[in-house]
Amino acid sequence: MTTVEFLLAGTMSAATVFLLAALGELVAEKSGMLNLGVEGMMAVSAAVGFVITYQTGNHLLGFAGAGIAGIFISLIFATVAITFLANQVATGLAVGILGLGLSALIGRQHESLTVIAPGGINIPILSDIPLIGPVLFQHNIVVYLSILLAIAIGYCLKYTRLGLAIRSAGENPEAAHALGYPVHLIRYGSVAFGGLLAGFAGAYASTIYTPLWADGMIAGRGWIAVALVVFGTWKTGRIVLGAYLFGLVSLGELLAQSFGAAIPSQLLSSLPYIVTIVVLAIISTNAARLRLHAPYALGETYDGSEAR
Amino acid sequence: MHIKFERRIQYSKSMLVLVPVVTIVLSIIASSVVLLALGKSVPLTMHSFFIAPFATFYSITEIFLKFGPLLLIAQALAVGFRAKVWNIGAEGQMVMGAIFATSVPVYFVDSTSPFLLPAMIILGALGGMGWAAIAAFLRTRFNANEILVTLMLTSIALQFLYYLLLGPWKDPMGFNFPQTVMFQDEALFPTLFSGTRLNISIVIPILFTIAVWIFMERRFGGFKLVVGGLAPNAATYAGFSAKGAVWLSLLLAGFAAGLAGMSEVAGPIGQLQRSVTSGYGYSAIIVAYLGALHPIGIVFAAFFLAVIHIGGDIALVSANVPISAVHVFQGLLLVFYLATYTFVNYRLRVVRHVHHKQSVVSP
Repeated sequence: MTTVEFLLAGTMSAATVFLLAALGELVAEKSGMLNLGVEGMMAVSAAVGFVITYQTGNHLLGFAGAGIAGIFISLIFATVAITFLANQVATGLAVGILGLGLSALIGRQHESLTVIAPGGINIPILSDIPLIGPVLFQHNIVVYLSILLAIAIGYCLKYTRLGLAIRSAGENPEAAHALGYPVHLIRYGSVAFGGLLAGFAGAYASTIYTPLWADGMIAGRGWIAVALVVFGTWKTGRIVLGAYLFGLVSLGELLAQSFGAAIPSQLLSSLPYIVTIVVLAIISTNAARLRLHAPYALGETYDGSEAR
Repeated sequence: MHIKFERRIQYSKSMLVLVPVVTIVLSIIASSVVLLALGKSVPLTMHSFFIAPFATFYSITEIFLKFGPLLLIAQALAVGFRAKVWNIGAEGQMVMGAIFATSVPVYFVDSTSPFLLPAMIILGALGGMGWAAIAAFLRTRFNANEILVTLMLTSIALQFLYYLLLGPWKDPMGFNFPQTVMFQDEALFPTLFSGTRLNISIVIPILFTIAVWIFMERRFGGFKLVVGGLAPNAATYAGFSAKGAVWLSLLLAGFAAGLAGMSEVAGPIGQLQRSVTSGYGYSAIIVAYLGALHPIGIVFAAFFLAVIHIGGDIALVSANVPISAVHVFQGLLLVFYLATYTFVNYRLRVVRHVHHKQSVVSP
């Protein structure tokens, strides 16, 4: 594999972590729930997924466990922010802090251990094409499933009754309630779906992308996923694009090494964070445009009444 | 028939007092479940957490050593949270304060000047404020969300810290450890009692608390700040500045966190190293909330969390409980606090036979 092939292929793998988490957050935010606990949900699931995979040698079980863990943490958020009507920002932070603690607790006896990452798929003919084959067609199945999932979510939100219900809960919960939609149930479901995908993102990070457990390994990727939803102005296609861009950026360290550039590695490690800040500033400058695309009731607590 | 929350006409004062108590009880119960799952002794751990920190004079001084930075940062964060300015990057502002302050003893290794410490105090505060100012500028000029910006800035500050410790600022005689030289005595705060690490920097958080209390409770400024955060349009109409609220909140937090970082390197640590913040920047968020964002409440909350931090260190040794259990406990505190705080503004009411369709029809 040449350097270019290696980097492009690495981008797809790195992007999958961002994409899964961002898609989950997108669905939650479309229903009006701003869940800032993504980092915590991913951290817990990464630990659970790693421990299960390490103990059983079965990646599927690891993913299942991580998904359940993600849902569990997301339901803590949902209970406090939906049923107990607490401020969503503060609750998301609380769940994030709790998640980071739980993650360290769960993974502490597996520090620095590794699992074997499952191999990629192998499609006859396609996988053998030079350059394109290794870059596009030799990845783990999760990489392709995440792209299919993005298409499915985009379709569901735009064209189905379920999508309409989710969007109406996020745009105008009072009206949705008046139309007979169970707003709280929709929001619970959307948050739990976000938890499931954050769980898969965590498991992908700890058992496939870097199949090694180290405390704090999520390293802000959950927060970047939250930022990606803003970057994509709540549109699925743009979120996919953003995830792949950040996949490339997060490989900056490898990139510089391969070209032998004498840049401090810490500066390159900072690159995804610096890019996040810069892109956020650029995207946010047009406040009116951002408001136009954001779910109208995003972050607002709905206490079950018809009108305010 | 179902149960729903109904908004109280006026908030409940008794609930306001009850909420922290219930929060602590629920957190203890939930963490006991976690401890049992880990196969640890619950009574022994709880004793280590809440009783053992008061066992010796030294241990009590250690509580106050942690109390200082928690109090300092949380007071400043609470001002911002009241104005809905979500600065959660105090950790990074603290790192920058520590770095700026450390530049003095690193570049004047042999100096014994009495101006070392004042210079470090000023630079520490400026370092924190400068880092927070980036977030304030991006928020006011580009509308960039301060939650994400302050968090990303924290990650960048940590990488900058690692760069300095592994590169230009590494102690040449330090056996390749990622840390700077030990500071000379003139660059350290004098300790209060011999044999302990508690130093005179403890007066900074106390003075800061009094200042914030006067500002928020007694002066028009606090009111302007809260309105600026809650209702930017109303604030503009009344001539208050929403942008001013953002700048003030962030600069104040940067100032406090920077000083806290400076007090750590010039206090108990005595050099710059990787774990300079001890996670105070994040714990302070919990302190601010647990103290109901009120200057006096925060004093109690900071003391409580300082006790738990010391208790966590003790539990590690006495009950073999991992230090991450303390972080779980902190997270539980905040989760339960937010859930129970609802009862301050709402009461539970049993609703019978309400059909949604009917309620839409106006009389």
